[in-house]
Amino acid sequence: MTWETVIGLEAHVQLSTKTKLFSRASTTFGQSPNTNVNLIDCGLPGVLPSVNKEAFYKAIRFGMAVGSQINQTSIFDRKNYFYPDLPKGYQITQMDLPIVLGGTIDIETDEGNKKTINITRAHLEEDAGKSIHDEFAGYSAIDLNRAGTPLLEIVSEPEISNAKEAVAYMKALHRLVTFLDVSDGNMSQGSLRCDANVSIRKVGDSKLGTRTEIKNINSFRFIEKAINFEIKRQIKQLEKGETVTQETRLYDSIKDETRPMRSKEFANDYRYFPEPDLLPVVISDKEMQDIRDNFPELPRDKELRFESEFGLTGYDSKILASSKSMADFFESSAKESKNYPLLANWLIGEISAFLNKDLIEIDESKLTPTNLAMLINRIDDQTISGKIAKSIFEEMYLNGKTPDEIIDSQGLQQISDDDEIEKIINAVIENNPTQVEGYKNGKDKLFGFFVGQVMKETQGKANPQVVNELLKKKLS
Amino acid sequence: MSIQFKSILELREMLDTKVISSEELIQETFQLASRFKSLNCFVTMNEEASIQKAAQIDQSGNSKSTLSGIPLGQKDLFCTEGLRTTCSSKMLFNFIPPYSATAVTNLESAGSITIGKTNMDEFAMGSSNETSYFGNVHNPWKKGFVPGGSSGGSAAAVAAGIIPAATGTDTGGSIRQPAAHCGITGIKPTYGRVSRWGMIAFASSLDQAGPLARTAEDCAILLNIMSGHDPKDTTSLDVENNDLTQSLNNSLKGLKFGIVKEFNLGDLDSEVQKRFESSKALYESLGAEFMEISLPNISASVPTYYSIAPAECSSNLSRFDGIKFGHRTEHPKDLTDLYIKSRSEGFGDEVKRRILIGTYALSAGYYDAYYKKAQQVRRLIKNDFENAFNSVDLIMTPTSPSTAFGFGTKGSQNPVELYLEDLFTISANLAGLPAISIPHGTVNSLPVGLQLIGNFLREDQILNAAHLFQKNSEFHLMKPNMEDFE
Repeated sequence: MTWETVIGLEAHVQLSTKTKLFSRASTTFGQSPNTNVNLIDCGLPGVLPSVNKEAFYKAIRFGMAVGSQINQTSIFDRKNYFYPDLPKGYQITQMDLPIVLGGTIDIETDEGNKKTINITRAHLEEDAGKSIHDEFAGYSAIDLNRAGTPLLEIVSEPEISNAKEAVAYMKALHRLVTFLDVSDGNMSQGSLRCDANVSIRKVGDSKLGTRTEIKNINSFRFIEKAINFEIKRQIKQLEKGETVTQETRLYDSIKDETRPMRSKEFANDYRYFPEPDLLPVVISDKEMQDIRDNFPELPRDKELRFESEFGLTGYDSKILASSKSMADFFESSAKESKNYPLLANWLIGEISAFLNKDLIEIDESKLTPTNLAMLINRIDDQTISGKIAKSIFEEMYLNGKTPDEIIDSQGLQQISDDDEIEKIINAVIENNPTQVEGYKNGKDKLFGFFVGQVMKETQGKANPQVVNELLKKKLS
Repeated sequence: MSIQFKSILELREMLDTKVISSEELIQETFQLASRFKSLNCFVTMNEEASIQKAAQIDQSGNSKSTLSGIPLGQKDLFCTEGLRTTCSSKMLFNFIPPYSATAVTNLESAGSITIGKTNMDEFAMGSSNETSYFGNVHNPWKKGFVPGGSSGGSAAAVAAGIIPAATGTDTGGSIRQPAAHCGITGIKPTYGRVSRWGMIAFASSLDQAGPLARTAEDCAILLNIMSGHDPKDTTSLDVENNDLTQSLNNSLKGLKFGIVKEFNLGDLDSEVQKRFESSKALYESLGAEFMEISLPNISASVPTYYSIAPAECSSNLSRFDGIKFGHRTEHPKDLTDLYIKSRSEGFGDEVKRRILIGTYALSAGYYDAYYKKAQQVRRLIKNDFENAFNSVDLIMTPTSPSTAFGFGTKGSQNPVELYLEDLFTISANLAGLPAISIPHGTVNSLPVGLQLIGNFLREDQILNAAHLFQKNSEFHLMKPNMEDFE
């Protein structure tokens, strides 16, 4: 039997506004518990929400970028349920009239084909707080810092066919929201997470199979693993002749499996109704125009600009422009170092290798644009060789020191002085008469041997160009 | 000279002519309150801070503000910073808010003194003040009789002459009906005129704050101060607030009053009818013209209200879960047990009934039939009023179908009987219109009220009509005999 997977994703994007969706409390991550909280966030009796328009502008920017219909009048609804970290006993969200309707996101499939995923809708809602169960013996604690943080929930159509595509979709989304400055996209802090609706059906069936919803997955790797586990589990179930139960499941990354949530936690009738404390939010034509006029540069436009402005190859431009943090880093560095191709080379090659190994973004590393520019400049002005540069870079990467500090403290300046290099070459020729003999008899390959010897004597600091020239002269 | 039964303007005169100091006024107010303690109109007194503020006012000399040094009661659902706010519920028995409601802040900034928090129906749900956790409030006109509700404590305290005025809130008649039953004046402004920030919500789309006082003129003075756009309440209206005292004496000549055909006033008690007819005659003598109008959907207003208001309340009261503030049960087994027991213990029967009705009206499969349908009917009722105001300036009705009744005599078997108390008042909330109740005589020695409903934002017209009525009659000067309550 051949099975087919159908996946729909609900992505939750935390918007990078300074204050919360309905209060003026800060959204800064990582503060002490319950410090970014005001009267509204803790749902005191008598308080009322008021809307942060900035969240709307960001949502609209996203909608415009994916070709959605923007509802210039949108309304909020209440979703009612009890939970200790939900202070009002309801979440303010958008049900019937969301800010963003429709739109598409393009992804590249494993086979390298382009696939277009349709977006159903995207709506604004407030995040809940956080329950902490392991810090106080016998008690649960609640941190409301996150309560009221604006989220954009982006719902895709069930058009994703496998875990790889789901990851590609989330990566495309990540790229988009970071480029648009809609979100910082920081997955480890929960700024981007998703629920995956997964179902299985026989190839050719028109009816969708029963789906399960895997809640709150917060890394690309886990998305792939969780979905793959779930696909296997459902197929196994169906092949045994059993049915799939419609339920909400959680992914356990340690055991690499999904498990059903306790039914109590989701068996809710949310009793949605229009939020009577808020009037419909109306975005004027002028506001729409302002958003259009100040639209951030999208990856494709950046790519073309990198080619024309910095003379980079199409290939380099595309790679640099594919990540907002990488592109920003490049542009900052390019202000201080004019060897743009070399700068691009380093970012795409050496630096990306280190970042990939550590699974971090460049703005999470200890590198700074200024330090990288300095390193490139030292290669350019021949203070150091490319080879030495790699070892200097490693230190910069590990401890954040400037290249000049490392060069000075370790005496890594390149030796370009002819006399000094000539002395060393003379000694090498003197100490290796057999090889000199061989070279002179036509063994051209031995030239490399002499270069190596000189480099060994200078601990790699000799300027290779000078060494080449002088050696050729001496050996001819 | 006693301060009992004095209006704001009369007390202002006494303060300005130094017949009495602010501090003496406040002290006498507390003496009155304690003398008539058996009325049970206050839940929490604010004696120390009040006397302190009064002394400060005396020291700083006379203020230009009319309200400076004037004692007021605040209905116990307005948050008052540092002063216990209970909503007359066990749930908030120990709740001391860290902030004040905008309406309260506005009044206090104008120099008025909050002498205490007034008793009310629990979470403003009731029409008789019998649902209060802190016990029944007596109607100053007759011991053992209800003052009306939900702003029963405010109405009784003003009617008893303890304070010249108090704040109330009106979701379906909660200012106007107790004002009528207690023989005083109370106005519910246009929805959005007064900020709801800090007012503990019953039904957000219907709740509106307003004053209860001895005269329409005092109501105008208070409403001037309470009103205004508040960025903290996005449903508050961003409109100009004209000085309502300026238009009080405008001529009523040619003003068109509408009488609602569908209210079938002929079915009412004949004495209540008689009062209505003679008030009509008074207005005619002042130049007003009367005509019959039709509000075709008005008969649906009570069921419409009792679908929408409980639905909103079921959600608004979800925050009272025993987790963050208010009553929490002792020794819960688990989280669900904590919710169930805290809420079962904290809320009274009427509140529970409305939460249940509202939860039902919003639940999957019933939403369309109840909540959504009710909102559609609400729109029709609003349209009816819009049409009516094309041909009239004001609409005149009785405030309540009957006079105050004895404790436990209405609604104990069938709650709907009590819900019908709001027949004449509810539609103004559904349509968001301003409406005032003024006393216009007694039936069987109990006061009856006359209601004037105005067009959107036309508080000026209903206050004008109410003031001229009071200038040309003495019903608002009637005083209850307080001997039974000493």
